[in-house]
Amino acid sequence: MDNTVLLDVANVRRSFARPGGDQLLVLDGVNLTLKEGEIVGLLGRSGSGKSTLLRLIAGLAQPQGGTLSYLGNPIDGPARGISMVFQSFALFPWLTVLENVQLGLEALGLPDKEIRTRALEAIDLIGLDGYESAYPRELSGGMRQRVGFARALVVHPNILLMDEPFSALDVLTAENLRTDLIELWQQKKLPIKSILLVTHNIEEAVQMCDRALIFSSNPGRVTTEIKIDLVHPRDRADPNFEDCVDRIYVEMTSRRIERQRNLPAVGFIPDAPIHRSSTSALAGLIEALNAPPYHGKADLPDIASDLQLEVDELFPMTEALQMLRLGDMEGGDVRLTPLGRHFAESENQTRKEIFQRALIANVPFAAHIRKVLDERASHTAPRRRFIDELEDRFTDDAADETLRAVTSWGRYAELFSYDAESETFSLENPT
Amino acid sequence: MKILAPVSIETRRLMPRAWDVLAVLIVFGTIVLLAEASRELLAPLTTATAKTIALDPSNLPHYAFRTALRMLAAMVFSLLFTLTYATWAAKSRRAEMLLVPLLDILQSVPILGFISVTVVFFLSLAPGRILGAEIAAVFAIFTSQAWNMAFSFYQSLRTVPPELTEAGKTFGLSGWTRFWRIEAPFGLPQLVWNMMMSMSGGWFFVVASEAISVGPTSIALPGIGSYIQTAIAARDLSAILYAIGAMLVVIVIFDQLLFRPLVAWADRFRIDSEPSDEEPESWALTMYRRSRLFDALSHPFARLMRWSWTLKSPVRPRAVAVESHRSRIGDIVWYGLLTAGTAWVTWHVVHFVGTSFRWPDLLDAGLRGMATMVRVMVLIALASAIWTPLGVYIGLRPRLARVIQPVAQFLAAFPANLVFPIAVSLIVAWNLNPNIWLSPLMVLGTQWYILFNVIAGASALPRELKDAAANFQVKGWLWWKTVGLPAVMPYYVTGAITASGGSWNAAIVAEVVSWGNKSLHAYGLGAYIADATSAGDFKRIVIGILTMCIFVVIINRLFWRPLYWYAERKFRLA
Repeated sequence: MDNTVLLDVANVRRSFARPGGDQLLVLDGVNLTLKEGEIVGLLGRSGSGKSTLLRLIAGLAQPQGGTLSYLGNPIDGPARGISMVFQSFALFPWLTVLENVQLGLEALGLPDKEIRTRALEAIDLIGLDGYESAYPRELSGGMRQRVGFARALVVHPNILLMDEPFSALDVLTAENLRTDLIELWQQKKLPIKSILLVTHNIEEAVQMCDRALIFSSNPGRVTTEIKIDLVHPRDRADPNFEDCVDRIYVEMTSRRIERQRNLPAVGFIPDAPIHRSSTSALAGLIEALNAPPYHGKADLPDIASDLQLEVDELFPMTEALQMLRLGDMEGGDVRLTPLGRHFAESENQTRKEIFQRALIANVPFAAHIRKVLDERASHTAPRRRFIDELEDRFTDDAADETLRAVTSWGRYAELFSYDAESETFSLENPT
Repeated sequence: MKILAPVSIETRRLMPRAWDVLAVLIVFGTIVLLAEASRELLAPLTTATAKTIALDPSNLPHYAFRTALRMLAAMVFSLLFTLTYATWAAKSRRAEMLLVPLLDILQSVPILGFISVTVVFFLSLAPGRILGAEIAAVFAIFTSQAWNMAFSFYQSLRTVPPELTEAGKTFGLSGWTRFWRIEAPFGLPQLVWNMMMSMSGGWFFVVASEAISVGPTSIALPGIGSYIQTAIAARDLSAILYAIGAMLVVIVIFDQLLFRPLVAWADRFRIDSEPSDEEPESWALTMYRRSRLFDALSHPFARLMRWSWTLKSPVRPRAVAVESHRSRIGDIVWYGLLTAGTAWVTWHVVHFVGTSFRWPDLLDAGLRGMATMVRVMVLIALASAIWTPLGVYIGLRPRLARVIQPVAQFLAAFPANLVFPIAVSLIVAWNLNPNIWLSPLMVLGTQWYILFNVIAGASALPRELKDAAANFQVKGWLWWKTVGLPAVMPYYVTGAITASGGSWNAAIVAEVVSWGNKSLHAYGLGAYIADATSAGDFKRIVIGILTMCIFVVIINRLFWRPLYWYAERKFRLA
């Protein structure tokens, strides 16, 4: 019974047309199965295509290749039996809580009486009684997401898809809603057979899921599966819990480094798009790493929770540290290099000099911009000149992000200046 | 950006206050005074006729240029008016009490009816010369542009985040500097958007105000509007097509060289931290930015402004809020002046009403007002039934919306009165009933406000809501009832209000039309005003204007206002 395959995703490929005619590959060779009675977590960074995959499963979009099947039948549109909980709740503001919950039942064309009893049941189950006639805008974020859950559960779906359902909530509310949900699931009170949860919060995945699938980006695909067989209710302080979190961190960081090292470099064009992270945030991270209790070396989950950083925010920063050789990664740890420690202990002007040297030595594209400016008689160059070079290799968005990152670093290091209004790089200090 | 609804609808108060009554008195009094003055001035001005208009299309560039110049002149005056009037209203609580209701009434005055009154007045200032007529035309366009712009700017000034103002005060910036560095930039994006909307509306009036006859005085200023009038008299369809073509070119040039750069430039003054999805771009702005000539031209101005910021205000800023400390003497003077002014205006209005209003005239105007009201309502309903579903359909398809949206905006800008002759020639040719078939002309230019607002509403529907509806299999009528129509409701209502207001104005030129020597009349208030104008009957002009004004104000307050706030409360996506 527990082994019935509800959902099977095989070799799915999805790309989007870009202006200019070529295709941007978002998902490639994605495989996953969802069985009855399990909660599966899909972990990945934002922009990795997790949400796109969820929309494909919900039948809201079609793949360009591969197959998706639900109970053995191909998914060719929104399927009965698959409902979704949305990140920003997606409640209709002009409908009351009750009307929002009833909407899915009305679409099924059920008799009025049944619609009402089932809706009230779901509202009751999810802890919303008393709020039936309230409008969503009168509710707090947590209560709104409860409506989202009630609306999804009321149609008695086999599969519940959840697209980062807790990420728009504050920490306490999210925790409260998660434990309520897990409790209902454990007591088998939810009228569903299986849950697929998309998240970028590693601890959330470890807390809720039976399996975690690690999703890589560019293009998105499932790279690793990690089984989580801790008993519920799971305790975050339990060493096994922490172990599991660590394993996922290691998995998520090592994949990226491996990928980056495997890509061939083409002259001064970076191997992979550079993500933007602000220099003041970088400096803050370096200082925190250098200070007690870390003294130059920290466990990623530790420093993430200490600085209250999400994975999405932390990873671009550790990548930047690695790239500039101010820091290094070892397993699930981040360690400052001697240069990084020197940076941490220096004054502002010295920091800029260190950063400038690191930038010239390790980010060839920044050095390239400087070189072009040095060679030109006017010491100025339009942005177009550089973005074109990047766009030959990356998508428009990635090229833009990369140039922004390099520009902000170059400005901080006083390697060059940039005037956003006329979109020109120059060597002169802005007046 | 959304179109701003009229003052009476945007402000939350339902019942009129004493200030509203005073505003009505002032506006009506001014119209009465102008009309009285005009009646006395009319006779000696019969010779103030302009040069004849030639139908040769080679003259069109020149005419188009003159028309565009009038438009620009009016825009400059509207801008000056906005910067002073709106600022005064926003800064002074005393002034605000009167200035805002005044704007409300001014917005309801039918501009085209008003032209006849002002034309004679301005002609008398420059007797026998074309200048007076030019001023009258520019003034007419001004009245079609200024009120909306002033209201939008006033609203922006009222919503400047207090921390910005306080930051300015901490740095010891003078009021003048704060205005230019904080308040004006804050209001700029909304103001630019309203300028664009006002300009769109203005084309209709520039065309209508160029060729006008008041009793024995007839004026034809060189311009596209006069060209069209001459073409109508000559029954020359091809000339009308040329004029339409010329107008298209002028509007495109204005859009590309003036408004697109302005919108793109104003985008950087937006204060919301979210970057806009699509940064507005303009090739012309890039050109202006890179050109040295433009730089050199703007440089002295920028220097002057910067110098003015260094001036210290003679009054030292006080730590306590100025508002809390009101001067008794100021109050006494202010209210004294108001009372005296009110008494004087009231006496004039009463005198005019007593000597000029006769019951049959009033009854006639009222009944005709009803006829026009029925027409406007029916046509807005028809236009809504057609454009709302289409707008939703288009708005949900981003690619289609990107193509259609600018077209709809363009059609709203295009002066519909240029197309009237084509419709009229058909009505004449097929001998149709003017009471029915002239009506569509009233919404010809204004229906597009409904379309492009609904498109904007449907495009703004978040993807997650669309996904949720699809995920729960909501389709067909259930979808329209619970998703599609509610989502566009606030946008639709604002569009319909604008369309309705515009249609009342258009009635004055749409209910009486001519083709060659054949003239068609529909029974309505617009025809009443138009006939009174060509007869030079100032009593009836004033009665017509006042009646229309009252109709518009009452419909706004009793019909649109509740609907607008209901839609805003219930359907606005937070």
